[in-house]
Amino acid sequence: MNANKMPSTNKPKNWFSALAHPGVFLGWSRHFIRPLIFLTLISFAIGLWFAFFNSPPDYQMGETVRIMYIHVPNAWLAQMVYSIMAISAIGSLVWRHPLADVAMKAAAPLGAAFTAIALFTGALWGRPTWGTYWEWDGRMTSTLVLFLMYLGLVALWNTFSDQSKGARIIAVFTLVGAINIPIIKFSVEWWNALHQPSIISTQGLSMPAEIYTPLLIMTLAFSLLFFTLHLVNMRAEIFRRRANTLERQHVIENAQASAANNGKGENK
Amino acid sequence: MIDLGPHAIFIISSYVGAFLVTAIMIAWVWTNSKNQQARLDDLQRMGIYRRSDKNTPDIAEETK
Repeated sequence: MNANKMPSTNKPKNWFSALAHPGVFLGWSRHFIRPLIFLTLISFAIGLWFAFFNSPPDYQMGETVRIMYIHVPNAWLAQMVYSIMAISAIGSLVWRHPLADVAMKAAAPLGAAFTAIALFTGALWGRPTWGTYWEWDGRMTSTLVLFLMYLGLVALWNTFSDQSKGARIIAVFTLVGAINIPIIKFSVEWWNALHQPSIISTQGLSMPAEIYTPLLIMTLAFSLLFFTLHLVNMRAEIFRRRANTLERQHVIENAQASAANNGKGENK
Repeated sequence: MIDLGPHAIFIISSYVGAFLVTAIMIAWVWTNSKNQQARLDDLQRMGIYRRSDKNTPDIAEETK
């Protein structure tokens, strides 16, 4: 039997539980991977073409505005991925849903990678525009804290051999860390920061459509990349847990069989 | 290729750095997925199934 076609014996009660049941999830999610890969590649191709060949330089930043097309999507994903982890943490703590644990664990390394890209490209964008790679202002410092939190959560997952027990503790840590998300979001308004405020506000967009269009397409492309990788990583985590369970079960069954054989031998 | 001006090194470094991190992330996710799937397939090929699956008919169709 192929691992892709794992049977599920515990029948879910409603449609939501049905979709979120790990066994059923393995069934429906595999149909989404190829279309997601295709959409991601198309979005990146269009976005990069716009970013380099069909968008003007900014009147103040010049050509360095092109760094924004990778910096902003990754900064957005850094926060969105953590928000998804926080929602999954609630699912794990309140409903004790195994798929919520899986979603939380699978997202953490991806969030760390997107945050790393946001920090790296931000530093390289800051040097020609602000004259410095780094400034300890609210936005940059809170984003660095977010990156360290991601690394901490990835490390924490690896310390637990029993993932379901670990999930409860990690879910609490994840929810506590979620306080950092509004801090990142509003830091440019609360404190006198070097970082510019949000490009979307109640007054509308603060940039022309020729610059906003590639930014929007690149944000879509990176978001699709995240959803694709998250789906694949969630499936891998379910396979890993099932393989671990089977290995443990096999060891126990072998031990029971040898104990039974020894018992028979002694009785003779 | 367009002229990226005097700050081309910053722009190119940003894209190269982002590409490298993204490529490593994709490679890790894909390798991990293939490894775990192969591990589970190997166990099942050895006849090791979950207890709950042993006495039930193959209901893989419902998970498709």
